[in-house]
Amino acid sequence: MKELRDPTALRKLLADIGEQVRKIGRKPRLMEVCGTHTMALFKSGLTPLLAEAGVEMVSGPGCPVCITPNGIHEAAIAILTEAEGATLAAFGDMTRVPTRKGSLQTAVPACGSRLRIVYSPEEALEEARRDPARRVVFFGAGFETTIPAIAYTVKRAAAEGLENFSVLPALWLVPPALKAVLEAGEVAVDGFVYPGHVSAVIGVEPYEFVARDFGVPGAVAGFEPGDILLAVRSVLEQMLEGKPRVALEYSRAIGREGNPVARALMAEILEPYDACWRGLGTIPASGLRFRKAFEGFDAAPRFGIEEDMSDRDLAGCRCGDVLRGAIRPEGCPLFGKKCLPDSPLGPCMVSYEGSCLIHYKYGPERRARS
Amino acid sequence: MCLAVPAKITRIEGSGQATASYMGSEVRVNLTLVPQARRGDWVIIHAGFAISLMDAKEARETLRLFKELAGASRP
Amino acid sequence: MTKVSLELGSGGRLMRDFIAGHIVPAFGDPLLRELGDAVHLPGGIAFTTDSYVVDPLFFPGGDIGRLAVNGTVNDLVVSGAEPRFLSLALILEEGLDAEVLYRVIRSVRDAAKAAGVRVVTGDTKVVRRGQGDKIFINTAGVGRSIARPRPAKIRRGDKIILTGTLGDHSLAVLLARGEFGLKSNVRSDCAPLLFLLPLWKNGALWMRDVTRGGLATVLFELAERLPYPVLIEEDSIPLSRPVVAASELLGIDPLYMACEGKAVVIAPAAKAGDFLKRLRAHPLGRKAAVIGEVQDKIGRPGELLLRTGVGGLRLLEPLTSELLPRIC
Repeated sequence: MKELRDPTALRKLLADIGEQVRKIGRKPRLMEVCGTHTMALFKSGLTPLLAEAGVEMVSGPGCPVCITPNGIHEAAIAILTEAEGATLAAFGDMTRVPTRKGSLQTAVPACGSRLRIVYSPEEALEEARRDPARRVVFFGAGFETTIPAIAYTVKRAAAEGLENFSVLPALWLVPPALKAVLEAGEVAVDGFVYPGHVSAVIGVEPYEFVARDFGVPGAVAGFEPGDILLAVRSVLEQMLEGKPRVALEYSRAIGREGNPVARALMAEILEPYDACWRGLGTIPASGLRFRKAFEGFDAAPRFGIEEDMSDRDLAGCRCGDVLRGAIRPEGCPLFGKKCLPDSPLGPCMVSYEGSCLIHYKYGPERRARS
Repeated sequence: MCLAVPAKITRIEGSGQATASYMGSEVRVNLTLVPQARRGDWVIIHAGFAISLMDAKEARETLRLFKELAGASRP
Repeated sequence: MTKVSLELGSGGRLMRDFIAGHIVPAFGDPLLRELGDAVHLPGGIAFTTDSYVVDPLFFPGGDIGRLAVNGTVNDLVVSGAEPRFLSLALILEEGLDAEVLYRVIRSVRDAAKAAGVRVVTGDTKVVRRGQGDKIFINTAGVGRSIARPRPAKIRRGDKIILTGTLGDHSLAVLLARGEFGLKSNVRSDCAPLLFLLPLWKNGALWMRDVTRGGLATVLFELAERLPYPVLIEEDSIPLSRPVVAASELLGIDPLYMACEGKAVVIAPAAKAGDFLKRLRAHPLGRKAAVIGEVQDKIGRPGELLLRTGVGGLRLLEPLTSELLPRIC
């Protein structure tokens, strides 16, 4: 879809946005809550172009790597370093988060064990099928986009009696986090850019409370630069009209009702609980855990790991405050000094979708002058 | 992480497994979450799973919009 | 560091710190301190060494034997030397299929012939089953010095040429592992870069082959030492279709993917056109392109910048750690 990257088209949209900002009379601040949006904005260089047009983009808690507290990362490390003959499978970024026990990448596996980077949870399931003597643990981290796939692996493992397979879950829900950010009132947000692929699963309805109860406009966006600009333009239009709602600007890929099959699978295997997020603390019904019938597939009890949910961030790390939007990365005393991309002290500097990493490469004092 | 791409289903293998084509490369995709998908359909693939069926009409509409925007600055 | 981790071999900061903090001080040698791909010794000889632990051993477009020859040959070429002789040291795991071993040796032979180098000395060791992984190879290379890289002579307006598409080797090895449920017709670009040698006589200022860490890492290491920022244009970077597809599907960035037969060449501004013609005349250089330049209008000294397809700017950092081990 290179039309959505056409520079002329994008310049036209940016010009429209600039015109809207002039009518609004001040610089709106929009929040996106999806690490992949943060990443798309950064990779294409759209963030400063939007800033020039008068729109400030901020990142909310949208990076599953970042919001998973260190206690869970440390549990994964414990499994890899203590369980023999095991495979710990994980998505790439999860493996570099620094904890007091190092990261999954720097940890030395127990005898016969290994860390395996995977693209799909199914790869972990397949390894468990191929090698019944081997214990395979999938470190399942993600939002609603990924949760159905993870639920699927547990459903299949149960159906096939794959006793060597288990999942260490870090499953997070977006709408409760949005509610927590709005209720905290720490960051003044004029509008939201909603995550397109989370919406593919949950549809549009779960965000409606934002417009209805908080009067904040929003638009569901895809991930090409053109998609993001369309969504920004839609949000600003809603601001001008004074009619906040949830606009759908990704209709080629998703329907307003989302994917009921995916949601049914999630509900079959998982149930909500009050999860503890890095930076946001405990949010009611914001995480998913295995239902009783599937508890046996939870890796933590199976390997006898007690997750330490106290604050296990490295000393001085303020990722939590960054994730809430309470401070900018530059507000953390470690930022750019002791905490750097190749010696990170917190997940926000690790993940390609982490605010700190993005600001480090792109913040005002490092922005290239042209 | 919501990294997902649109791909066209080229072969259905049964029990939820299928093959899709993305820019000339073949990718395995699990169709359990989009059981209504057929050969020739475009789906959004995330972590090896189709999560959504694409709407061809809406896609054409989006392309048309952008082609127009791209032509907008030309005199 | 208390225990060696896989990350130490990744080419990232941990490895750089290890070399700077332990290897260089241990020997206190001014030649070692240069840390070039190859070193020019007194007497007109250049010398280099590399070890190969790629997994799997065979992949579309190459194998460990071919890599072991071309990797070392290329280190000499980009350092300004004509490759002449190689040593071949084999560490074999007990139980390795003899046919596999013979196949690798034939591959070394064929690659050496194609690269015009002679394998003149070597060694064979066998370790117990489970204490190695099939085959590890080390090759040391000796060449005749014909030029020296001159980064100090790089000026504003000098052009950055990339000899071809990025990431093909990395992707070929990755997919040969059968992981990620992805199939494509990508082939490793493993090849000798001998066709770059004439560029030295014609004024090339600096070259580096784009291996572990990818283009961004290689250019960053250059940019750090220059008095001018380096700007590259995203749209001018040659990429093969399979690499673009895989990068969007898997989220890997081609700027950080390893090649085994591609190089960056810094050409003085006036020579860039000529260099491009020469490169494109060779089958391995058909996709050569000017991808950027050393300039001072955008950015600050020491910076490596990418102008994106949509007109934005991005600062590029070197690869911090390799997520996908044993690519080479």
